[in-house]
Amino acid sequence: MGFGPHLVLALLEGLVTAATLSLTALGLSLVFGVMRVVNVAHGEFFMLGAVIAWAVAAGFPGEPALGFAAALVAAPLAVGALAYASDRLVLKRLGYDPEATIVATIGMLYILQQAALTFYGADARPVPAPFSVRIQLPWFGYSGYKLFVIAASIVLLAATWLVLSRTRIGLIMRATQYDAETAQAFGIPVEKVYAGVFALGAMLAALAAVLVVPISQAHYLMGRDPLLLSFIVVIIGGLGSLRGTLVAALLIGLSDGVVSMFFSPTLAKIIATLAVALVLVFRPQGLFGKPAR
Amino acid sequence: MSKNTSLSRRTALKGLAAGLVAGPGFVRYAQAQASAPIRIGFQAHRTGIGAAYGRWYERTTSAAVKAINAAGGIGGRPIEIVVEDDGTDPARGAEVVAKFASQHKVDLVYGTLFSHVVAGSAPTAGELKIPYYVVSEGYHIASGKMNRWCLQPGITDVRAQVTSVAPWIAGNLGKKVTMIFPDYAFGYDHRDYLPAALEKAGANVVAKIAIPPTESSFTRYFPQIPADTEVLYHVMVGPAVLTFVKELGEFYGSGGPQLFGFIDSLEAVDINSPGLEFLNGSHFWEGSPRYAQANDSEAQKAYRAAVGIDDNGASVNDAKDISTAAHMFGCWETLYVIKQAMEAAGYRGPEDRQKLVEATEAITTVAEGPEHPQGDKVFDGRIHQVFGHQNISKLEGGRLNVVHRTSIEDGRYEPEADYTTQSF
Repeated sequence: MGFGPHLVLALLEGLVTAATLSLTALGLSLVFGVMRVVNVAHGEFFMLGAVIAWAVAAGFPGEPALGFAAALVAAPLAVGALAYASDRLVLKRLGYDPEATIVATIGMLYILQQAALTFYGADARPVPAPFSVRIQLPWFGYSGYKLFVIAASIVLLAATWLVLSRTRIGLIMRATQYDAETAQAFGIPVEKVYAGVFALGAMLAALAAVLVVPISQAHYLMGRDPLLLSFIVVIIGGLGSLRGTLVAALLIGLSDGVVSMFFSPTLAKIIATLAVALVLVFRPQGLFGKPAR
Repeated sequence: MSKNTSLSRRTALKGLAAGLVAGPGFVRYAQAQASAPIRIGFQAHRTGIGAAYGRWYERTTSAAVKAINAAGGIGGRPIEIVVEDDGTDPARGAEVVAKFASQHKVDLVYGTLFSHVVAGSAPTAGELKIPYYVVSEGYHIASGKMNRWCLQPGITDVRAQVTSVAPWIAGNLGKKVTMIFPDYAFGYDHRDYLPAALEKAGANVVAKIAIPPTESSFTRYFPQIPADTEVLYHVMVGPAVLTFVKELGEFYGSGGPQLFGFIDSLEAVDINSPGLEFLNGSHFWEGSPRYAQANDSEAQKAYRAAVGIDDNGASVNDAKDISTAAHMFGCWETLYVIKQAMEAAGYRGPEDRQKLVEATEAITTVAEGPEHPQGDKVFDGRIHQVFGHQNISKLEGGRLNVVHRTSIEDGRYEPEADYTTQSF
């Protein structure tokens, strides 16, 4: 295979990674931006999304498209409800104290992971893709579904951006992010906003997982990688910045695709980690973040 | 009805007398310590990446213990299994071995599968001088790099497996082989021993592609497969194997090289899962066949019934709960080897642990039968490793059919070590 097709494949793979990564990381970034909570359990919300997608899809045997569509609605709703509840039951009671919430979300990580092991089991379970189209390029074949994942992610990201920048809910969220105390003084129910944002962040992770699960499988340990990569993306892009998250996800996804194909996956991870270190040293607020006030 | 259930004074007295004779108090008095159970510490992968294997290792172990105890136990003493979860983690594995030795005070430790856990736990077993019977198939123990307390008498090691299937691959599938294997110990056993065995058979390895064990996407590796590859030899372990196969199918479409894989990749996975269609017509190594075969021995049938797997290798209680049939027979057979060695050594308690290891080393051949349903075997006491027949199965019509069974000699190699010269 020549250099050209090789590069095309690398870029395609990188785009798929970037697409789902930007959704997941956006959830993490929102939660941190608005609530100042470092949600270590974010990866587990991703995992739960995949597991629920499997459960829902299993309810529609022989009709993968229907099962997938149902999962696309049910998984984020269920995960969002769980996140909402955990915000009410745990984070709120800790007063959103940054250190305490880290410890609390670590606890949530283990509870969710072990609950998945207990009730779902240790097996990796496949979810059929809603459609199986193989696109034959002159040099190799490629999954049509993966291209769909890229497109769907772009649509979902655009929708999130619209909500944040063009709606009243988005305005309230941005106001809370800018200054929670003043927002409260102006009659914004900050605690409700927090619970809503935490749920929204988890829902984005769950959505990404539903998109990913026909490519990989639902497994109770699958939350670790998305969590690490999301942190990398959020640190590079700038906490709380939607634009930064997108740029960083593209950067990390594409470099991961290209570097790991032409060199080695380990080198790709090294480069990503190095990028985090450089950003922290030279631009601690991230590429697009605003310096702390 | 009332007639049958009513209790006459005479029956009551008879029952009382029988109870006094057979009751636990009297037996214990009569046999003193000799009937105390033999305690075996089972280092199980209940959680972590090996959890699916761990589940079936536990079921097989329970079935074997039930069978052994029903037939009088070991030298008249019942077996008691103490399970500890090692999380499929080497560091935790070492702690578990220590806990077995000092806290549970078991007679021996048994049952580990994943090779990195074996490598992590073996030094602790050696330090604490407790016999460590693994069911791992890794080459670690046979390589001589562990210690005299570590044994693998129930399942053939990877080096022998690879050596025995190589001539068949070269003779039936193709001469130019590309290997895809996980980038850690278990994969290295394949990487290190397949090429030589293939060359001996007139074939050669044209590329070796190592894949990190945490990888979840594989398409990016496929361009490394040389275009002239005739056989793709794949060994993958972990939950991502379905992705691997699916992406391979998308990459190659209906063409592509012949496939030969180790079933390790697909243990506990339904071979008819969506996305695995690309494997149709490909071949697999199996330690013991997952699907019931037409020529199964009575012993094999009895073993399958005892463990509770149906003709498709799934749990009799849940057709979706697929077993790890290619490996878990090793638990059954290892427990019978322990029984054999303990009885030969006249094992009484932890003070006889050394005798137990020596008695195991003295075993040379193992006959096929209810205790060894996978087949007859040869045990090499020098390297603490057993050698058995291997199966090559073809995936066709939604099931795996054995098309070739290797001989024990096919897998033998010159031992690189001799544990029996080591001191205890």
